[in-house]
Amino acid sequence: MRYECRIHVGPAIFRIGSDWAQPIEQLKALYQPYPDCDDAIADFTIRLEAQRFYRRWFRPSVRLSGDYMLPDASPLPLTQGLLAAEMAMNLQMALGWRRHLLLHASAVERDGKVLLMTGESGSGKSTLSALLAEHGWRFLGDEFALVDLDSGDIQGFPRAISLKNSAIDVARDFVGDDARFGPLLTDTPKGAIRHLQPPESAIAAMGETAMPALLLYPSFGYPRATDTVPPTENFVRLTQASTNYVALGEAGFSALVNLVQRVPAHAIDFETNDEALELVEALWARVA
Amino acid sequence: MTRPVEQLVTLLRNPTKASEISGNQWTDILCVARAELLLATLAERLKGKIVPEAVAQIFADARTECAAIQQKARWEAQCAVTALAPLGIPPILLKGAAYLSSGLDAAKGRHIGDLDILVPRDRLDHVEAALLENGWEWVKEDPYDQAYYRQWMHELPPLIHRDRDGMIDVHHTILPLTAKPRPDAEAMIERADDIGDGLKVLDPHDMLCHCAAHFLADGDMAGGLRNLWDFHLLVSEFCTSERSFGELRERAQSHDLWPAIRGTLRLAHDLYGTAWPQDWGAKWSWREALFRRRLLARNGWGQETHPPLRFAIYIRSHWLRMPPFMLARHLWIKWRKGADAERSI
Repeated sequence: MRYECRIHVGPAIFRIGSDWAQPIEQLKALYQPYPDCDDAIADFTIRLEAQRFYRRWFRPSVRLSGDYMLPDASPLPLTQGLLAAEMAMNLQMALGWRRHLLLHASAVERDGKVLLMTGESGSGKSTLSALLAEHGWRFLGDEFALVDLDSGDIQGFPRAISLKNSAIDVARDFVGDDARFGPLLTDTPKGAIRHLQPPESAIAAMGETAMPALLLYPSFGYPRATDTVPPTENFVRLTQASTNYVALGEAGFSALVNLVQRVPAHAIDFETNDEALELVEALWARVA
Repeated sequence: MTRPVEQLVTLLRNPTKASEISGNQWTDILCVARAELLLATLAERLKGKIVPEAVAQIFADARTECAAIQQKARWEAQCAVTALAPLGIPPILLKGAAYLSSGLDAAKGRHIGDLDILVPRDRLDHVEAALLENGWEWVKEDPYDQAYYRQWMHELPPLIHRDRDGMIDVHHTILPLTAKPRPDAEAMIERADDIGDGLKVLDPHDMLCHCAAHFLADGDMAGGLRNLWDFHLLVSEFCTSERSFGELRERAQSHDLWPAIRGTLRLAHDLYGTAWPQDWGAKWSWREALFRRRLLARNGWGQETHPPLRFAIYIRSHWLRMPPFMLARHLWIKWRKGADAERSI
């Protein structure tokens, strides 16, 4: 491949190759504060390839491929190359990672304990984790929570935070520092997307694990409410939220049972950031 | 410098070479191994050898993944037994599932995708009905594909289970009916070994014949390095004397598969160091040289290289399957369908 870089996030190292310079330069800028790993052995290889040879120049479009890929993934225009790389990193983890139980969830830590947030895309879990990361919590990740198969501890995986549509302006208000944002990607399959670097302290501490203490199912845009999620329902919902639960077999089952028995779960609805912070603090006070 | 794909072959052949691989070369080798579905095989092969910690972790992941895949493969095989039991037909397992269920070396770390079984041709309609009744469904609804498979192929169109997502290929002979060699499937079925749990596998020499037919006389060599590794291990396990090689030769001749067996063994000997009997003639031919190049056509990023050679061998695989007029018609219809599909995106 003509251009390449390696990215080290939490326990995983990705090698990304590209037919074009632009996505690699954007990745390097976004992941600049992360540890240098140019000589390290990569866990996964990702390729951003021209769909046909002439498509490198003419209406350039990026085909995602690599160690693990979806056969029917549609190509993206080159302007969305950064998004393609991010999607590919998610895909490698979702399909290939076996060292932890993977939950599609965001995670933040305070006083050695982890708050997990899970839910459908658009539920507000990314924004909420970014918000908490600016309010004294350590950011552990907004895409995957990595659950240790034996201890049940959460391993940090603090990738760049993927903000979508209205969340972009909201995050710019509470982050302030424009330099931490990646380029604005418009007209993607999920609308507008802009990536946010986690705080440097979160990146520096990305190797540290902590035990989970609370699990929330946030829903943005509904009148303020809190509800308990019973363990059985929680278990079933988390099997849906895990990308490798089935592939891990018995080890995945045990890890999930352990998590559900250990960690209380609640659904929270909110309409503003302040409401969200209040609800989180109130529930956190019970487990802290 | 040696290319990563060649280093992979070297490591499979001689695991002690692991200590000579430098940190930077591992990423390429692991990437190639994954692309060739040989990562877990490599992990098993290098068990106990000293490798960097990062590699050991990736190998551990590959073993976990492989264990889950093989467990699923065993379950799928049992489901086929249950479905066919009322007919009194014990399925004869082929390829990966056969190696796994009979505990052969070739199963170590082997990726197993579809379940391939062989059943008597005269019972095909019953087998098909029983599978449909037990939750399997057609993958190819397209009438041309359905008719093509039924009229000319050595297997039914693939079926997929609606709940478990497992694919099953039901073979009734070894090669397409239009191919020139006509292996004696009935004799193979007759000789198949009972391995318990309602399952059968081909007898050792027939298993080798099937492996070579699948590798050389039928396919376009996608996944060739892995299929050839299967062949290497089967030969190493079954053919331990001059006499057993002689028996293999006779069996291959009776199936019209002598050129396939000899060609496959030549490649396996060349790449993996499989034993080569003195009386089997010259070890090298220009044909094998081309196949060798095709097998090693992958770079350190896992990308396929040598597109013209790949295409030529793809065409060859069709050429072997059917007479020229039929081939032209088939490729024309396929090409038109492909073009239609691309336009509709």
